[in-house]
Amino acid sequence: MAKTDALQGALDLLVLKILSRRPGLHGYAIMTAIQGMSDEVLRVEEGSLYPALHRMEEARWIQAEWITKENGKRARIYELTRAGKQQLGLEETRWAAVTGAVNRVLREA
Amino acid sequence: MALWRRIANVFRGERVNRELDEEMEAHIEEAMAQGRDAGEVRRAFGSALRHREESRDFRVLGWLDALRADAIFGWRQLLKTKVTTLAAVLSLALAIGACTAAFRLIDALLLRPLPVANPERLYDLAKTGIGPDGKAASYDSWAYPCFALMRDAVKGQAELMAVSNAEETDVTYKSDAEMEKAYLQYVSGSLFPALGIAPAAGRVLTESDDVTPGEHPYAVISYDYWTHRFGQDRDVVGKTFRMGNELYQVVGVAKEGFTGTEPGTMVDIFVPTMMHPAVTRRDETWHRTLVLVEAGAAREPLRQQMEATSKAFEEERAKGFIGVPKERIKEYLKYRLALEPAATGVSELQSETRRPLMVLGVLVALVLLIACANVANLLTAQGAARAREMAVRVSMGGGKLRLMQLVLVQSAWLALLAALLGGLFAWWAGPFVVNMINPPDNPARLLLPADWRVLGFGVALALGVTLLFGLVPAVRASSVNPVSALKGGEDPHAKRRLMHALVAAQVAFCFLVLFLAGLFVATFERLTHEPTGFSTDRLLVVDTVAKNGQPNEFWNQVAERLGRVNGVERVAVADAALLAGFSWNNFVSGTNAGANGVLSYMRAVSPGWLDAMKIELIDGRDFRPEDTHPGVALVNETFAKTYFDGVDPVGKTFDFAYAESGRMRVEIVGYVRDVRYRDLREPMLPQFYVPFRSFAPNGEEWKRNRAVLLVRTASADPLVMASILRQEVPQARPEFRVSRIQTQLEINQSHTVRERLLATLAAFFAGVAVVLSGIGLYGVLYYSVLQRQKEIGIRIAVGAPGEKIAGLVTRDVFAMVLGGAVAGLALGISSARFLESLFYQVKASDWSMIALPAGALLAAALLASIVPVLRAMRIDPVEMLRAE
Repeated sequence: MAKTDALQGALDLLVLKILSRRPGLHGYAIMTAIQGMSDEVLRVEEGSLYPALHRMEEARWIQAEWITKENGKRARIYELTRAGKQQLGLEETRWAAVTGAVNRVLREA
Repeated sequence: MALWRRIANVFRGERVNRELDEEMEAHIEEAMAQGRDAGEVRRAFGSALRHREESRDFRVLGWLDALRADAIFGWRQLLKTKVTTLAAVLSLALAIGACTAAFRLIDALLLRPLPVANPERLYDLAKTGIGPDGKAASYDSWAYPCFALMRDAVKGQAELMAVSNAEETDVTYKSDAEMEKAYLQYVSGSLFPALGIAPAAGRVLTESDDVTPGEHPYAVISYDYWTHRFGQDRDVVGKTFRMGNELYQVVGVAKEGFTGTEPGTMVDIFVPTMMHPAVTRRDETWHRTLVLVEAGAAREPLRQQMEATSKAFEEERAKGFIGVPKERIKEYLKYRLALEPAATGVSELQSETRRPLMVLGVLVALVLLIACANVANLLTAQGAARAREMAVRVSMGGGKLRLMQLVLVQSAWLALLAALLGGLFAWWAGPFVVNMINPPDNPARLLLPADWRVLGFGVALALGVTLLFGLVPAVRASSVNPVSALKGGEDPHAKRRLMHALVAAQVAFCFLVLFLAGLFVATFERLTHEPTGFSTDRLLVVDTVAKNGQPNEFWNQVAERLGRVNGVERVAVADAALLAGFSWNNFVSGTNAGANGVLSYMRAVSPGWLDAMKIELIDGRDFRPEDTHPGVALVNETFAKTYFDGVDPVGKTFDFAYAESGRMRVEIVGYVRDVRYRDLREPMLPQFYVPFRSFAPNGEEWKRNRAVLLVRTASADPLVMASILRQEVPQARPEFRVSRIQTQLEINQSHTVRERLLATLAAFFAGVAVVLSGIGLYGVLYYSVLQRQKEIGIRIAVGAPGEKIAGLVTRDVFAMVLGGAVAGLALGISSARFLESLFYQVKASDWSMIALPAGALLAAALLASIVPVLRAMRIDPVEMLRAE
């Protein structure tokens, strides 16, 4: 659980990024994508992904729909909206600025 | 998600929850499908409930959701105690409805600006000073020549407009047989352009329609009249109608909403002032003067200018006064002009009913307060019963504001239900009260719009009421201390003290309402039983018009014909009926008293009038057919007192001014009892009667075009004769028509309309107030017995007798009742001082006036305490203590 802290601020960025590459994922798939691509470094408390998704949905960065999978189960899948793409750009820039600043401090300290 | 979606989600909470659960469940299933262990997955997922609540906050509007929950909870609480809720809602509804109805009336009559351009610059020109009868007075009736001088004097700074009283008039559109009534008003032609009243069809009157006396037979009709009389037919423009001897042409329709400048009368037809028969007369005052002050013009110089002009006019005119002492004329000329704001119009109904309506407003507000106190008590008692629930809520972290909201929402429910019911009540009650102020034959017509003003008032009232009765219980409930509440209660007396204070306030208001109601009822009683000196029994007043004016001989023929109708006992003719509002007065001289400046009041009557009116002849004789005016007169007791030191004046003579031509001497042939002439409240007036058969100074007989036939019938309900009389009159002589038939009783009753309105409504509200206060007392007593049943049980167990228990239960409350009554009495006596002008021969300090409300309250209090006291005395100590 301790590992999640590093993720908190960046969760929105990661979700947006993943959805921009692979639209139409459901919550579980988004979570496994984050874990897989970060080689299990970034882990979330799985349930807390959902409030974050719903918050972004409310902010209209992503939109959701219910689909029925091949096995007959229903799933709620997400994709980026136009506003979401803009937001992704903003978040990436901010992230770059923050990490760049942190790196500079690390180098020069 | 859009805002409306979040709002909508508030009302489909279950569905939102289900969706959230389903999505999270899908996550866990997916994880297990990947081969993970169920326990491990659930641990990794965390608290599904917490995540769901977090998500839910994004999906639904939080505060609205809480409000919804409270509303449902509050509704269930109310349903738990259906009877008390119903009582609370009904009493509140009655009070709110009465308040809204009162507001509707007050707004329509007194507050609403006229629908004209610049109502804020509109004034009514009034004279204040000493009247011709020597008393301080203020009036706003003007003679046209004086008006014309003032208008020209202030040209450029203000527009002066003459507006006559709107009067019901007979008009005919086709043949004379189809005479109909319409409200007609003489107005200056400049009124329409100055007040920005556009035509809805045709054109409106202008200044050029109002130049030469008798030369402008044009009329504009009101939109309302156009609608109900002509069905908005555009062909009405150009139509002609006859009024009196003149043929008028309708030239247009005024814009919608404008019904004249007199709230209480809706004018149908406007005609130019130049068509008024008295427009050139200097001695006849017949119209108001409205002043539209130009933007930016100062009012004081304007007022002074008009005052100087009118005084110059009056001084000139006073030179012709006969029989008036010099000092009296000097005094009379000392008057002052005043510009009284007329943004809401000016009318008799306004000035007549302003105070009564305000009093009614206060009465209904008091009833509302009484109802509020009841509901507050109800909620406080419920709050006490819910102390544990509140304590649990506080312990679980329910915020203070949230708890207040919980209680306030419940009060809002009550207020909302009450406001809806009350709105219906007001809808019905407003017109009902208007009908009550009206004599049946001459109804005041008032637009009673139910628009945003009334709606706004209703909403504000409901909100105010919610806060008023909900706030204290809400604050109390929210400030509960969970530790002591859960242990079994904090200070048990705190709640009772609040309730007792409310009871005291309630009793004080109730006493006040009862006290004032008693005064109004007594006033009405005394006025109704005030002797008038004549008999109204089976007496009809047949208002009759005659084309072109007809001589006495023909009037007599009509009267004789009616006298032969089956069921008619007596018929007489007079210029007008008594108490019907027609004053005719003169100064008398040439008697022992000299020119004392007292006005005498006159009536022209035919032989047999005394008999028809059943007025007692003290000495002398009645008029004979050969008697003419001027020549002989009958005088009343007050006349004899005023001019002949109370000695029988038969055979003596006196002088009076006749038609601006000089004095006429008349001989007194009869001495009669006093009768009421124009008002029931004032002292008896000196009166004299002259023969109906009259001659002008040039020796020509006076031909009257209007008079009344007084018909005493044999039937108990004289109005059944009305249709026969209507037919008989034109058959006697084709020039004559009946304009209106009333009973003399109706005319007399029209003088007590205001008193009847106040007495009836005040008595009604007094009844409501007593019932509400009784319910309030009952509730508080019952509650205190419930709360103290342990104590009472112990007392009974140790041998306290029944009367001690009864005393214990009722002592505090009766102290409150007494305190409240004393406070109410003090309020009543001090407020009665401001209302003295509405009373007649009743004194606020009268013992009987105080005994009545005190008795009623005592009876209500006793009645309310029977059940609680019996319950207290029947408490079984064994059972009570075992239950502990």
